[in-house]
Amino acid sequence: MNELAIKDLLYKLADDQLILGHRNSEWTGFGPILEEDIAFSSMAQDKIGHSLAFYTLLQELGEADPDTVAFTRNANQFHNSQLVELPNGEYDFSLIRHFLYDNAEIIRFEMLSQSSYDPIAKVATKLKGEVKYHVLHANTWIKNLGTSTEEAILRLQSSLNEAIPYALGLFEPSKYEQELIEAGVYPGEEAVKAEWLKRIVAVIEKTDLKLPSLATVEPKLGGRYGEHTEHLQPLLDEMAEVFKIDPTAEW
Amino acid sequence: MELTKENILTLLEEVKDPEIPVLSLVDLGVITGVEISDEGHVTVNMTPTFAGCPAMDYIKKDVERTLDKYGITDHTVIMSFDQPWDSNKLSERGRQHLKEFGLAPPPKYDLILDLDILEHVKCPYCDSENTDMRTPFGPTLCRSMHYCNDCRQMFEQFKPL
Repeated sequence: MNELAIKDLLYKLADDQLILGHRNSEWTGFGPILEEDIAFSSMAQDKIGHSLAFYTLLQELGEADPDTVAFTRNANQFHNSQLVELPNGEYDFSLIRHFLYDNAEIIRFEMLSQSSYDPIAKVATKLKGEVKYHVLHANTWIKNLGTSTEEAILRLQSSLNEAIPYALGLFEPSKYEQELIEAGVYPGEEAVKAEWLKRIVAVIEKTDLKLPSLATVEPKLGGRYGEHTEHLQPLLDEMAEVFKIDPTAEW
Repeated sequence: MELTKENILTLLEEVKDPEIPVLSLVDLGVITGVEISDEGHVTVNMTPTFAGCPAMDYIKKDVERTLDKYGITDHTVIMSFDQPWDSNKLSERGRQHLKEFGLAPPPKYDLILDLDILEHVKCPYCDSENTDMRTPFGPTLCRSMHYCNDCRQMFEQFKPL
């Protein structure tokens, strides 16, 4: 198996989680209610822990240690989707992003738990149980708020319309796509996307929200190849601010 | 002390979860193996409860300190996902200790997590099942928060995983 293909897959998994973990952490102290403050903070901790598990696999393949990889790259070296780097916006946007992202992530982990590449399969087997809580959380709130007041429904709908092109960017194929599929490492983005669509539609159908017609939506691509919005570099600068004061410090 | 797997596990009973000080690592189910080589080198295999748990590094060091304390200095402690943790690995004694500590133990389940399992957790104070989940997240990654409609108290559960 081509090691570059495995590394590409690991970077995309790890970077999505690191960046969304950081965005989730920005809710700490600002959640609309205490339980949501705790929920986003907990998911931040989980996601950063999950990124560490994948960066550790990368280190075993000869990449730099996780802290160096996380804190010293520039935006154009990150493989995350643009969806996760967008600013939190208001709570409705964060909730919609969380719903769209975590429903995709759990499918990735479920499928990767069957991967022919054993180290990924083991990590994914562990993480899919943890992400289940993120999905339960997102689906519960989307169902509750998506059937509540007119304002809540309008806000969620507008955030859904805004987030959908970026959510489709989650499934941007890698240049090693065919190779990974043939080796049984990963079933590929099209397979993940098809299952994702079924699951989000099943939730959205229970609400007053409408999924925009995907045929007319232009996906926001490029994230997997290092092309990012103007929002990523400031996020990285803030995330690494303390680390860069003294990269050799023992924590 | 003779260097045997059983003896090492007895020593490790001393190491507690720093956030739940009544629960030993052995009862928690995170010690996945102890091997002793012919030359007397001790390898302890461990696995995290939650991948993002910040206590895991501390717990690993605690295992190393405890082995050192008993004169077992030739050791390696490995944290890995080779045998991933799930909440069914909590021992009966561990479950009892959690309940006495005021934390509802996770139910034994078929490892297919759904909302039903989370919705009706038995209250650790009055044993009522007339409870509601308030949030699947709590003060630490491994706890969810619930409310008992009978004794009218908030309580936490060690989450099924």
